[in-house]
Amino acid sequence: MTANRLVFDDNDPQDDLVTLNLGPTHPATHGVFQNVLQVDGERIVSGISTIGYIHRAFEKIAEHRPFYQITPLTDRMNYCSSPINNMGWHMTVEKLLDVEIPKRVQYMRVIIMELARIADHIICNGILGVDTGAFSGFLYVMQEREFIYEIFEEICGARLTTNIGRIGGFERDFNETAFQKIRQFVKRYPPVLKEFEELFNRNRIFIDRTSGVAAVDAETALSYSWSGPILRATGVDYDVRANEPYSSYEDFDFEIPVGENGDVYDRFMVRNEEMWQSIRIIEQALEKLEKEPQGIFHADVPEFYLPPKDQVYNNMEALIYHFKIVMGEIDTPKTEVYHAVEGGNGELGFYLISDGGRSPYRLHFRRPSFINYQMYAPMSSGMLLSDAIINMSSLNVIAGELDA
Amino acid sequence: MAKLDNQVLLERLEQRFAEHVQKTDEPFGLLSVETSKEYIIEVLKYLKTDKELQFIYLTDITAVHYPSQELSIAVVYHVHSLIHNVRIRIKVFLNGDKPEIPTATTVWNGANWMERETYDFFGVIFVGHPDLRRILNVDDMEVFPMRKEYPLEDPNKVDKKEFFFGR
Repeated sequence: MTANRLVFDDNDPQDDLVTLNLGPTHPATHGVFQNVLQVDGERIVSGISTIGYIHRAFEKIAEHRPFYQITPLTDRMNYCSSPINNMGWHMTVEKLLDVEIPKRVQYMRVIIMELARIADHIICNGILGVDTGAFSGFLYVMQEREFIYEIFEEICGARLTTNIGRIGGFERDFNETAFQKIRQFVKRYPPVLKEFEELFNRNRIFIDRTSGVAAVDAETALSYSWSGPILRATGVDYDVRANEPYSSYEDFDFEIPVGENGDVYDRFMVRNEEMWQSIRIIEQALEKLEKEPQGIFHADVPEFYLPPKDQVYNNMEALIYHFKIVMGEIDTPKTEVYHAVEGGNGELGFYLISDGGRSPYRLHFRRPSFINYQMYAPMSSGMLLSDAIINMSSLNVIAGELDA
Repeated sequence: MAKLDNQVLLERLEQRFAEHVQKTDEPFGLLSVETSKEYIIEVLKYLKTDKELQFIYLTDITAVHYPSQELSIAVVYHVHSLIHNVRIRIKVFLNGDKPEIPTATTVWNGANWMERETYDFFGVIFVGHPDLRRILNVDDMEVFPMRKEYPLEDPNKVDKKEFFFGR
């Protein structure tokens, strides 16, 4: 953490500190949050982070909604990779209700989650480039993120706030076009990623601006409960997908990339490498899907899975189940559950307490951005202002996930 | 040492803290124990620093409000041993009128914002916290909104009343 910290004399009478507000709506803050910094010229002496500008009381609202209506709340946390939040929430409920998910659905979920992870890393690394002055990389990969959004659109009709999952599986099957596009993406993305990587890892300016900047050692990162790529950049190979596999991640062959120095450059490289691994996972999932029986896109749990509308109108049983689910007349176990998934930024946890009612008694989101960001102000002190900007990009703090 | 499973973990805790740590439940394989505010920091420190347990990672701190109970605020800690890949949940029940508990920032730096958030929503005072201010809500707010005494209006009834639609 102290690698690039400059030492200065507090007793110097010539020190004239200036208070600088970085944010709340500064473009470099990537969202609505404020850092009140004390700066001595270009050097940051100390800082305080202020958050809460878009706090939307998700946890309170969730206490008043049936389980299936909480899906759109989760979409709006990390909006760069909303399907991961979405699936994480549904897996939590499925764990609570003891719902077993067919393999095909699990593989489909893996594909969606990995696509979302790529979309998330694309924007983070692209913007990191922009913040160092390299705009082209951002433009190259943005097309690919658009393509991922097209896949989401094909599957669920939405691009950003996807609302893609249901308790038990998906609302509808992936159509042939969606599969075609996924296959197309797996083919067209690697050369783009390679080009993107080469644009940076052989770039003198980029390396000078990032290597050694904001370096954090593993112990400090763990003490601040960091998770995700920024923790792995410090050398800790903690990844929820490997430690506690969910949605059949244990069936896949992939590596957990780790860094050495925990600096901005390592964070960039870890995210890049993770994208390669994600492609690898998607390829395997596509292969596995071919061996699974077609047409299954949700578990056979009529008491939790909302029946399709046409059946509700024409089938008595479906009507009854629809009524029971919507009116919350189905009992849920009185217990508590903690489920974590590997989000774009780290361990995204859902702590759900059920009292047997239609809504959670208490729902708490463990938001990785919230926890990762708390170290920003202490670690910035001593840095140059320009390094602090790049440091913020490399933490990939998403305001929706920070405030929740 | 045998493979660290919940049974072994519980035995270790009981050995060290006797009746001050009790198992409450084990939902979905996650050991859930209860302790008192006098012992919580000792328990956390023991879990973190014991060479065999190595619960070095603080996953989360939050609280729950049970208005009908005498000790109505439960502070919940989720801690993770990355070495053994085992999680544990620790609960401390506090008096709702004056919920006070020592801060865990002495054990993990990361507890800082988690405790601020818990204070903001439930009014739990973390004694010894270096900077216990509201974090997501406005500073001059007087209530603690996640407590059950502040229910949201029922969306299915209130806004469907005709006078809201000018009829």
